[in-house]
Amino acid sequence: MFKKILIANRGEIAVRVIRACHEMGIAAVAVYSDVDRASLHVRKADDAYPIGAAAASESYLNIQKILDVAARSGADAIHPGYGFLSENAKFARACVDAGVKSIGPTAAAMDAMGSKTRARQAMERAGVPYVPGTSRGLESFEQAEEVAARIGYPVMLKAAAGGGGKGMRLVHAPAELKSSLEGARSEAERSFGDSEVYIEKAILNPRHIEMQVLADEHGNTVYLGERECSLQRRHQKVVEEAPSPIVDPEMRRKMGEVAVRVAKAAGYTNAGTVEFLVDQQKNFYFLEMNTRLQVEHPVTELITGLDLVHLQIRIAAGERLPFTQDQVVIRGHAIECRIYAEDPDNNYFPSPGKITLLLLPSGPGIRLDSGMYEGWTVPMDYDPLLAKLIGYGTDRDQAISRLTRALNEYFVGGIKTNLSLFRHILSDPDFRAAKMDTGFLDRLLKQKKAEAPADPKAIEVATIAAGIFTVLGASAAGAGERPVGNDSSATKPTVASNWLRTARKEAMR
Amino acid sequence: MTYDITIDGKHYRLDLNRPEGRWSCRLDGREVEVDAVLARPDVLSIRLGNQAYEVKCERVSGEMHLWVGSARFAAEVRDPRSLRGRVRAADDRGPKKLTASMPGKIVRVLVSQGSEVEAGAGVLVVEAMKMQNELKSPKKGTIQKILVSEGAAVNAGDVLAIVE
Repeated sequence: MFKKILIANRGEIAVRVIRACHEMGIAAVAVYSDVDRASLHVRKADDAYPIGAAAASESYLNIQKILDVAARSGADAIHPGYGFLSENAKFARACVDAGVKSIGPTAAAMDAMGSKTRARQAMERAGVPYVPGTSRGLESFEQAEEVAARIGYPVMLKAAAGGGGKGMRLVHAPAELKSSLEGARSEAERSFGDSEVYIEKAILNPRHIEMQVLADEHGNTVYLGERECSLQRRHQKVVEEAPSPIVDPEMRRKMGEVAVRVAKAAGYTNAGTVEFLVDQQKNFYFLEMNTRLQVEHPVTELITGLDLVHLQIRIAAGERLPFTQDQVVIRGHAIECRIYAEDPDNNYFPSPGKITLLLLPSGPGIRLDSGMYEGWTVPMDYDPLLAKLIGYGTDRDQAISRLTRALNEYFVGGIKTNLSLFRHILSDPDFRAAKMDTGFLDRLLKQKKAEAPADPKAIEVATIAAGIFTVLGASAAGAGERPVGNDSSATKPTVASNWLRTARKEAMR
Repeated sequence: MTYDITIDGKHYRLDLNRPEGRWSCRLDGREVEVDAVLARPDVLSIRLGNQAYEVKCERVSGEMHLWVGSARFAAEVRDPRSLRGRVRAADDRGPKKLTASMPGKIVRVLVSQGSEVEAGAGVLVVEAMKMQNELKSPKKGTIQKILVSEGAAVNAGDVLAIVE
């Protein structure tokens, strides 16, 4: 087993991996950029090394700097978390060359899955169902016309190297095809330096369901059940749950077996996720494989009782999977909310800043994976994911009610977060009835929320509290601004200093 | 102590006293039975009669917000005897500051000093976490001053421009 693991990441996932290391008696090495010195992962680690400027390319994406720290600290393995270097085949190769184990799949497996057309070709050979269309880049407009006519409109044009919605066009009718193809190609060229575009049938209002797989380095591959990830905004997942409300044991077995076939076709090792689109008739199609630990892995952990990070580390250390497919049992239901530093009243614009007050939820069925603490300033340089709140229950209804209760206990002050969005989602009748697809969230956000008039009792309470806080002054203030400053020329007179100034004036009379 | 308190645009008069450590309270002249304990900084446990509430206080950029459950109220507290309080109550005349609501980087300055702007016209573009946000003029007037230049890093609460 490894003695020391370097975590090439930051935020909640770095903390998550450090915790797993400590649980396994392994020392954890943190790396941090200039703006992350005070971040939680640095506080939790055994060793911590600065790796440069805030820009990710200067720090968390800099392979050489990270390998240097691995050598200096004596780390024998690197966990890349998600994002940053986690799906970078060059990084996986550099680790092999440097003689340090990268906890994740091999570079060859990443390459096989990295390009969407190459992945489709591999799936074609492995007999895996994928969305009808081409498995190679389009050669001409005429070919696009011919294929589109054959599979039927609407169709989707997608960049082979794509991701995050870039180089993607939905085409409803033949007349739009030409300009869409040109648009997708030039966007793909600009975004990825690769104008290869392929065509597939557009599946309208699909569900996004993914299957967790785990493969050791001895040829054993298992699936650990699915996650329903249909609630997305700007191609970004917001709420995930496991199991999916529409997947029954038979469908799970079929999807799971396909996922295992996908993993084996790629020579996959360690933890990975096979994503599927599921249409309204519950047909599922291979979409892509994510060659990393997913943000939403906790929901799978809760319903299987397994620790995926422990297993990732054990697999990377050369151990065999400690269980077989038959021993994987799914029990209960888990739902995850991704807490982002963003402002729901300002089109979910990121909202970095200082956390002045933090009250944490706890109690039965609640798990919180967080990278923040009270008094910490959220830097503006990275993804605004702050924490993940996960509710677990005997069934979906109990998971929802526990999560709703925990959301009411959770308070993040000083910055804006999307906590209110989850209260909205969790109370929505369609969500409660599990009627979801990838368009759900956009539709929900478009509905004008009827502004409920404020409860007069709450106004009364707020008024009295405002007065009491003002009387108590600085002694009642937390990690935020001190309401009393010595600088009377401060540009922003605070409530209490007005009061104090008046008191002083009166005392001088 | 007497305060004029504005909660979400509505005005209330609050009399608060604490003889022997117990709060006595009149809201718009009406006696209210209040028991309040500071549970921790910025968190009050309040009882009105026997109904219990947890109230959180958020203080950002000189503004006070109170949370009662999941409802958030903007609060302005003035001492009616304070001249300053009365001046602040009157509003739209005089120069208005445009402040950064979050830390970020100025990516564009859209107007120049001395130019005329309408209320709601874009003045600056700030970038944070790879997203751009346009800061708009709080009133119709003249840009008296632009205090930042393109590329500058700013903190929450920094004054970026003044509109007169």
